[in-house]
Amino acid sequence: MSVNFGSKRIVVGAHYGLRDWLAQRVTATLMALFTAVVLLQVLLVRGPIGYAAWAGIFVPQWMKSLTFAVIVALTYHVWVGMRDIWMDYIKPLGLRLSLQVATIVWLVACAGWSIQVLWRV
Amino acid sequence: MSTPHPALPRKRPEFRNIHAVRDLPSYRLPPAGWVSILHRISGALMFVLLPFIIWMFDTSISSEYSFARFSSAFNNGMGLVPAAGIKLVALALIWAYLHHLIAGLRHLYMDVQHAVSKEFGRSSALVTLGLSLGLTAILGAKLFGLY
Repeated sequence: MSVNFGSKRIVVGAHYGLRDWLAQRVTATLMALFTAVVLLQVLLVRGPIGYAAWAGIFVPQWMKSLTFAVIVALTYHVWVGMRDIWMDYIKPLGLRLSLQVATIVWLVACAGWSIQVLWRV
Repeated sequence: MSTPHPALPRKRPEFRNIHAVRDLPSYRLPPAGWVSILHRISGALMFVLLPFIIWMFDTSISSEYSFARFSSAFNNGMGLVPAAGIKLVALALIWAYLHHLIAGLRHLYMDVQHAVSKEFGRSSALVTLGLSLGLTAILGAKLFGLY
Protein backbone atom coordinates (compact mmCIF):
# COMPACT_ATOMS: atom_id res chain seq x y z
CA MET A 1 0.00 0.00 0.00
CA SER A 2 1.18 3.51 -0.73
CA VAL A 3 2.30 5.79 2.09
CA ASN A 4 -0.66 7.56 3.69
CA PHE A 5 0.82 8.97 6.90
CA GLY A 6 2.67 12.13 7.83
CA SER A 7 2.50 14.69 5.05
CA LYS A 8 1.10 11.97 2.73
CA ARG A 9 -2.14 11.57 4.66
CA ILE A 10 -5.15 11.69 2.37
CA VAL A 11 -7.17 14.81 3.01
CA VAL A 12 -10.52 12.95 3.08
CA GLY A 13 -9.37 10.25 5.55
CA ALA A 14 -10.43 9.66 9.14
CA HIS A 15 -8.67 11.56 11.89
CA TYR A 16 -6.59 8.48 12.70
CA GLY A 17 -7.36 8.45 16.37
CA LEU A 18 -9.73 7.96 19.23
CA ARG A 19 -11.50 11.30 18.98
CA ASP A 20 -14.32 10.49 16.55
CA TRP A 21 -14.75 6.99 17.97
CA LEU A 22 -15.31 8.50 21.42
CA ALA A 23 -17.39 11.42 20.13
CA GLN A 24 -19.71 8.95 18.37
CA ARG A 25 -20.38 7.18 21.69
CA VAL A 26 -20.75 10.34 23.80
CA THR A 27 -23.21 11.92 21.34
CA ALA A 28 -25.11 8.61 21.09
CA THR A 29 -25.46 8.44 24.88
CA LEU A 30 -26.79 12.01 25.01
CA MET A 31 -29.37 11.24 22.29
CA ALA A 32 -30.45 8.02 24.04
CA LEU A 33 -31.00 9.98 27.29
CA PHE A 34 -32.94 12.66 25.37
CA THR A 35 -35.16 9.93 23.88
CA ALA A 36 -35.92 8.69 27.39
CA VAL A 37 -36.72 12.22 28.63
CA VAL A 38 -39.13 12.96 25.75
CA LEU A 39 -40.74 9.51 25.92
CA LEU A 40 -41.30 9.84 29.67
CA GLN A 41 -43.03 13.21 29.25
CA VAL A 42 -45.21 11.90 26.41
CA LEU A 43 -46.23 8.89 28.53
CA LEU A 44 -47.07 11.17 31.49
CA VAL A 45 -49.70 13.02 29.41
CA ARG A 46 -53.18 11.78 30.25
CA GLY A 47 -55.63 11.22 27.41
CA PRO A 48 -54.98 11.97 23.73
CA ILE A 49 -51.97 14.18 23.03
CA GLY A 50 -53.05 17.44 21.44
CA TYR A 51 -51.03 20.47 20.40
CA ALA A 52 -50.81 22.04 23.87
CA ALA A 53 -49.45 18.90 25.56
CA TRP A 54 -46.94 18.16 22.78
CA ALA A 55 -45.63 21.70 22.33
CA GLY A 56 -45.65 22.19 26.11
CA ILE A 57 -42.85 19.64 26.44
CA PHE A 58 -40.46 22.01 24.65
CA VAL A 59 -41.49 25.20 26.45
CA PRO A 60 -39.26 25.07 29.62
CA GLN A 61 -35.81 26.63 29.18
CA TRP A 62 -34.00 23.48 30.41
CA MET A 63 -35.77 21.42 27.73
CA LYS A 64 -34.84 23.97 25.06
CA SER A 65 -31.20 23.88 26.16
CA LEU A 66 -31.16 20.07 26.24
CA THR A 67 -32.80 19.84 22.80
CA PHE A 68 -30.29 22.37 21.47
CA ALA A 69 -27.39 20.25 22.78
CA VAL A 70 -28.98 17.17 21.20
CA ILE A 71 -29.28 18.91 17.79
CA VAL A 72 -25.55 19.76 17.92
CA ALA A 73 -24.70 16.20 19.05
CA LEU A 74 -26.86 14.73 16.30
CA THR A 75 -25.19 16.88 13.67
CA TYR A 76 -21.74 15.69 14.73
CA HIS A 77 -22.89 12.06 15.05
CA VAL A 78 -24.38 12.03 11.55
CA TRP A 79 -21.25 13.66 10.16
CA VAL A 80 -19.02 10.88 11.57
CA GLY A 81 -21.39 8.17 10.32
CA MET A 82 -21.89 9.58 6.83
CA ARG A 83 -18.17 10.22 6.43
CA ASP A 84 -17.57 6.53 7.26
CA ILE A 85 -20.02 5.56 4.51
CA TRP A 86 -18.36 7.86 1.95
CA MET A 87 -14.91 6.57 2.94
CA ASP A 88 -16.01 2.94 2.54
CA TYR A 89 -17.81 3.13 -0.79
CA ILE A 90 -16.61 6.21 -2.69
CA LYS A 91 -13.04 5.80 -3.86
CA PRO A 92 -12.30 8.78 -6.19
CA LEU A 93 -10.94 11.50 -3.91
CA GLY A 94 -12.56 14.42 -5.74
CA LEU A 95 -16.03 12.88 -5.61
CA ARG A 96 -15.57 11.85 -1.97
CA LEU A 97 -14.46 15.34 -0.95
CA SER A 98 -17.44 16.88 -2.78
CA LEU A 99 -19.88 14.52 -1.02
CA GLN A 100 -18.27 15.24 2.35
CA VAL A 101 -18.52 19.00 1.84
CA ALA A 102 -22.14 18.63 0.67
CA THR A 103 -22.90 16.54 3.78
CA ILE A 104 -21.51 19.23 6.10
CA VAL A 105 -23.41 22.05 4.36
CA TRP A 106 -26.63 19.99 4.42
CA LEU A 107 -26.25 19.05 8.10
CA VAL A 108 -25.49 22.59 9.24
CA ALA A 109 -28.49 23.86 7.25
CA CYS A 110 -30.76 21.23 8.86
CA ALA A 111 -29.41 22.08 12.32
CA GLY A 112 -30.19 25.76 11.72
CA TRP A 113 -33.75 24.95 10.67
CA SER A 114 -34.38 22.75 13.74
CA ILE A 115 -32.96 25.37 16.11
CA GLN A 116 -35.23 27.99 14.54
CA VAL A 117 -38.24 25.70 15.04
CA LEU A 118 -37.23 25.01 18.64
CA TRP A 119 -37.30 28.69 19.61
CA ARG A 120 -40.61 29.25 17.88
CA VAL A 121 -42.42 27.45 20.71
CA MET B 1 -2.54 -40.06 -9.99
CA SER B 2 -4.08 -38.09 -7.19
CA THR B 3 -4.66 -39.76 -3.87
CA PRO B 4 -7.96 -39.13 -2.06
CA HIS B 5 -7.88 -37.14 1.19
CA PRO B 6 -10.75 -38.37 3.33
CA ALA B 7 -9.65 -36.29 6.33
CA LEU B 8 -9.87 -32.96 4.50
CA PRO B 9 -12.91 -30.87 5.53
CA ARG B 10 -15.59 -30.01 3.03
CA LYS B 11 -14.45 -27.20 0.79
CA ARG B 12 -16.25 -23.95 1.64
CA PRO B 13 -16.58 -20.97 -0.67
CA GLU B 14 -13.98 -18.33 0.09
CA PHE B 15 -14.80 -14.63 -0.25
CA ARG B 16 -12.13 -11.97 -0.64
CA ASN B 17 -13.57 -9.00 -2.51
CA ILE B 18 -17.34 -9.31 -2.57
CA HIS B 19 -18.92 -8.68 -5.95
CA ALA B 20 -22.33 -7.09 -5.47
CA VAL B 21 -24.07 -8.90 -8.33
CA ARG B 22 -22.22 -12.22 -8.35
CA ASP B 23 -21.72 -12.88 -4.62
CA LEU B 24 -24.33 -11.01 -2.60
CA PRO B 25 -27.38 -13.20 -3.46
CA SER B 26 -25.62 -16.31 -2.10
CA TYR B 27 -23.67 -14.57 0.67
CA ARG B 28 -24.96 -15.67 4.05
CA LEU B 29 -24.47 -13.19 6.86
CA PRO B 30 -24.47 -14.21 10.54
CA PRO B 31 -27.00 -12.32 12.77
CA ALA B 32 -24.29 -9.93 13.98
CA GLY B 33 -23.54 -9.14 10.33
CA TRP B 34 -27.20 -8.32 9.68
CA VAL B 35 -27.30 -6.02 12.70
CA SER B 36 -24.14 -4.32 11.46
CA ILE B 37 -25.24 -3.64 7.88
CA LEU B 38 -28.76 -2.66 9.02
CA HIS B 39 -27.17 -0.23 11.50
CA ARG B 40 -25.53 1.47 8.54
CA ILE B 41 -28.64 1.33 6.31
CA SER B 42 -30.92 2.68 9.07
CA GLY B 43 -28.48 5.52 9.74
CA ALA B 44 -28.27 6.45 6.06
CA LEU B 45 -32.08 6.28 5.78
CA MET B 46 -32.54 8.73 8.66
CA PHE B 47 -29.93 11.03 7.09
CA VAL B 48 -31.84 11.04 3.80
CA LEU B 49 -35.18 11.62 5.55
CA LEU B 50 -33.84 14.43 7.77
CA PRO B 51 -35.97 17.12 6.01
CA PHE B 52 -39.13 15.04 6.62
CA ILE B 53 -38.19 14.64 10.31
CA ILE B 54 -37.65 18.39 10.73
CA TRP B 55 -40.86 19.08 8.79
CA MET B 56 -42.76 16.90 11.29
CA PHE B 57 -41.06 18.72 14.20
CA ASP B 58 -41.85 22.10 12.57
CA THR B 59 -45.53 21.54 11.75
CA SER B 60 -46.36 19.63 14.94
CA ILE B 61 -44.89 22.23 17.28
CA SER B 62 -45.14 25.69 15.69
CA SER B 63 -48.85 26.46 16.21
CA GLU B 64 -52.33 24.99 16.62
CA TYR B 65 -52.86 25.75 12.94
CA SER B 66 -49.75 23.92 11.74
CA PHE B 67 -50.51 21.06 14.14
CA ALA B 68 -53.82 20.62 12.32
CA ARG B 69 -51.92 20.44 9.01
CA PHE B 70 -49.61 17.82 10.58
CA SER B 71 -52.54 15.65 11.71
CA SER B 72 -54.29 16.13 8.38
CA ALA B 73 -51.23 14.86 6.48
CA PHE B 74 -51.45 11.60 8.44
CA ASN B 75 -55.23 11.33 8.15
CA ASN B 76 -56.02 12.68 4.67
CA GLY B 77 -52.67 12.76 2.90
CA MET B 78 -50.85 15.79 1.57
CA GLY B 79 -50.78 16.98 -2.03
CA LEU B 80 -50.40 13.94 -4.26
CA VAL B 81 -49.18 11.70 -1.42
CA PRO B 82 -51.92 9.60 0.23
CA ALA B 83 -52.06 9.23 4.01
CA ALA B 84 -50.86 5.64 3.76
CA GLY B 85 -47.72 6.81 1.95
CA ILE B 86 -46.86 9.27 4.71
CA LYS B 87 -47.55 6.60 7.32
CA LEU B 88 -45.25 4.16 5.48
CA VAL B 89 -42.40 6.69 5.52
CA ALA B 90 -43.05 7.29 9.21
CA LEU B 91 -43.02 3.53 9.80
CA ALA B 92 -39.66 3.23 8.00
CA LEU B 93 -38.35 5.97 10.30
CA ILE B 94 -39.72 4.18 13.37
CA TRP B 95 -37.88 1.00 12.37
CA ALA B 96 -34.69 2.88 11.49
CA TYR B 97 -34.69 4.73 14.81
CA LEU B 98 -35.42 1.61 16.89
CA HIS B 99 -32.82 -0.50 15.11
CA HIS B 100 -30.17 2.23 15.25
CA LEU B 101 -30.87 2.89 18.95
CA ILE B 102 -30.88 -0.75 20.07
CA ALA B 103 -27.86 -1.71 17.94
CA GLY B 104 -26.09 1.37 19.34
CA LEU B 105 -26.90 0.39 22.93
CA ARG B 106 -25.50 -3.07 22.11
CA HIS B 107 -22.27 -1.41 20.99
CA LEU B 108 -22.09 0.69 24.15
CA TYR B 109 -22.75 -2.37 26.33
CA MET B 110 -19.96 -4.26 24.56
CA ASP B 111 -17.59 -1.31 24.98
CA VAL B 112 -18.28 -1.08 28.70
CA GLN B 113 -18.39 -4.80 29.46
CA HIS B 114 -15.69 -5.87 26.99
CA ALA B 115 -18.21 -8.54 25.99
CA VAL B 116 -16.78 -9.61 22.66
CA SER B 117 -17.27 -13.39 22.76
CA LYS B 118 -18.65 -15.09 19.68
CA GLU B 119 -21.67 -16.40 21.63
CA PHE B 120 -22.56 -12.99 23.07
CA GLY B 121 -22.19 -11.39 19.65
CA ARG B 122 -24.72 -13.84 18.23
CA SER B 123 -27.25 -13.80 21.08
CA SER B 124 -27.22 -10.01 21.46
CA ALA B 125 -27.62 -9.63 17.70
CA LEU B 126 -30.71 -11.85 17.76
CA VAL B 127 -32.12 -9.84 20.69
CA THR B 128 -31.49 -6.60 18.75
CA LEU B 129 -33.28 -7.87 15.64
CA GLY B 130 -36.19 -9.31 17.66
CA LEU B 131 -36.69 -6.18 19.76
CA SER B 132 -36.46 -3.67 16.91
CA LEU B 133 -38.75 -5.64 14.57
CA GLY B 134 -41.20 -6.49 17.37
CA LEU B 135 -41.50 -2.89 18.58
CA THR B 136 -41.80 -1.70 14.96
CA ALA B 137 -44.71 -4.13 14.45
CA ILE B 138 -46.45 -2.93 17.64
CA LEU B 139 -46.02 0.77 16.84
CA GLY B 140 -46.84 0.19 13.16
CA ALA B 141 -50.13 -1.47 14.11
CA LYS B 142 -50.94 1.60 16.24
CA LEU B 143 -49.93 3.97 13.43
CA PHE B 144 -52.23 2.22 10.94
CA GLY B 145 -55.07 2.13 13.46
CA LEU B 146 -55.24 -1.63 14.03
CA TYR B 147 -55.88 -1.04 17.77
